[in-house]
Amino acid sequence: MNRALVFGVLVLAVAFPLAMRSLDQVYYVTMASRFLIYALAATSLNLVLGYGGMISFGHAAFVGAGAYTASVMIVEGLPSAWLAWPLAMAVSGLLALAIGAISLRTRGVYFIMITLAFAQMIYYLTISMKAYGGDEGLTLTQRATVGFGLDLKDDITFYYVVLAILVAAVYLISRLVDARFGRVIQAIRENETRMEAIGYPAFRYKLAAFALAGALGGLAGALLANQNSYVNPGILHWTESGKLMIMVILGGVGQLYGGIIGAIGLLGLEELLANHKIGWLAAIYPNYQQHSLLAVGLALLAVVLYAPQGIAGLFSRRGRK
Amino acid sequence: MTGPLLEIEGLQKHFGGVVATDQVSLGVMRGEIHALIGPNGAGKTTLIAQISGSLAPDAGRILFGGADITRQPQHTRVAGGLARSYQITSIFKRFSVTQNLALAVQARSGTSFRFWQPVARETALEDEARAIAAQVGLGERVDAIAGSLAHAEQRSLEVGLALATNPKLLLLDEPMAGMGPDESQRMIGLIQALREKVSVLLVEHDMDAVFRLADRISVLVNGAIIATGTPDEIRVNPEVKRAYLGDEVSA
Repeated sequence: MNRALVFGVLVLAVAFPLAMRSLDQVYYVTMASRFLIYALAATSLNLVLGYGGMISFGHAAFVGAGAYTASVMIVEGLPSAWLAWPLAMAVSGLLALAIGAISLRTRGVYFIMITLAFAQMIYYLTISMKAYGGDEGLTLTQRATVGFGLDLKDDITFYYVVLAILVAAVYLISRLVDARFGRVIQAIRENETRMEAIGYPAFRYKLAAFALAGALGGLAGALLANQNSYVNPGILHWTESGKLMIMVILGGVGQLYGGIIGAIGLLGLEELLANHKIGWLAAIYPNYQQHSLLAVGLALLAVVLYAPQGIAGLFSRRGRK
Repeated sequence: MTGPLLEIEGLQKHFGGVVATDQVSLGVMRGEIHALIGPNGAGKTTLIAQISGSLAPDAGRILFGGADITRQPQHTRVAGGLARSYQITSIFKRFSVTQNLALAVQARSGTSFRFWQPVARETALEDEARAIAAQVGLGERVDAIAGSLAHAEQRSLEVGLALATNPKLLLLDEPMAGMGPDESQRMIGLIQALREKVSVLLVEHDMDAVFRLADRISVLVNGAIIATGTPDEIRVNPEVKRAYLGDEVSA
């Protein structure tokens, strides 16, 4: 995608909270933070699903593990983000390493099912964690602390922290996919058998990509828990994994900005349909808000049929590499 | 240094009740082009898969340069100098010719756990990839996307990928498959030129190529080797004639 466009969007993203504050609409800043956190989660999934060709149906487990790690740290009186967030990444990364070490020995539909099964196991595990709320969830008395005079309780500050992390993560992935490692995982996606035959231990590279994506997913989870000041097992439910997959497919599989576009597109559509009555639509079909998921389904169908490289693919001149 | 580079002893492989590899023993000398021929379904590709390491044998040993590699994973064998090509073209279709070959060069040039520097700026990889492209006759096509190449060009890239691993022994599985006469001649020339540096185990149905290139020929029928010898010996071997060659030799 064109550099000027990316820069323009970034300027808008930086200016957005200031504009909302002057319009006295800080609610939208909170909403935007949530969109950006999901953008990070979807981008991390896109690393394995898009670039690595591994159809993981359990990414919510890593997001959830990160969310719970960050939450437990706050509940246990260690609210420093500098401690809790790297720890959330480490826990999710190690969990992905363990799940990947077993799952990546399978292929195709078996891989999809086994990642789903592991994620559901972690989901039920969090339900049974009575010390940390069980299925009631865990309410956080405060957000993490970062020092430097920044207060994450302020929604605008929190937004900028999330934005900075997302930009850093996307830049990291943009370097990675053009580096040796990135070329290797994309080549494994294309032809794993041949990669073995020219001397690559494909499993190791796939596992490394899977663990890295898990760690980034964990960071998104830590941010999400802080944003809501609340976490419950629902964040690990398989429908959350499905939602992240829909975001990636909608935005663009294997496209650098696919996760961001898909997350904002999907959540934006949901928000629009659920909370803003559209006059002309209500006039022809009064119950449309009860069937808002139908619109998501239609949008997904349109993308799969007419834009297999997702919305990002429509902007990208080079197409998927 | 002479002596066998590859030694196979009593290799055995079953698929259910079917014996795909039946007590195969075989040697490839250093500097030798050794052809493996046999009718369709004789188990040639299965044998190549076991030597290259993508398929585990049920019994028997494989020695490469004197070391037992029977339990080595494929990528370790490749690093040690044992590479294969495929009968059914197996390349990276979305990648350019240079990128295809550079991948194979990269595999043996330091770690690929590098996450920051763009690989496109590693000119050493690209230079070597271009040299190999020229060697297999793709010097004019280095920037073409592999999937857009003509069939014979894809076959050249197929062999080029194996060659780019810098092997001591090349396992070529029907390199001439689907090629026209001119293209086959070029491939024969390429294999001929390789014999200086690389030993070759050649599976091929093109008997003209086999008899021109091979120092020795082994004949595989129903998973078992029924004869090994020089082209002249194989030509007159009555068992081979009966089992397989028949028409093609008298023709």
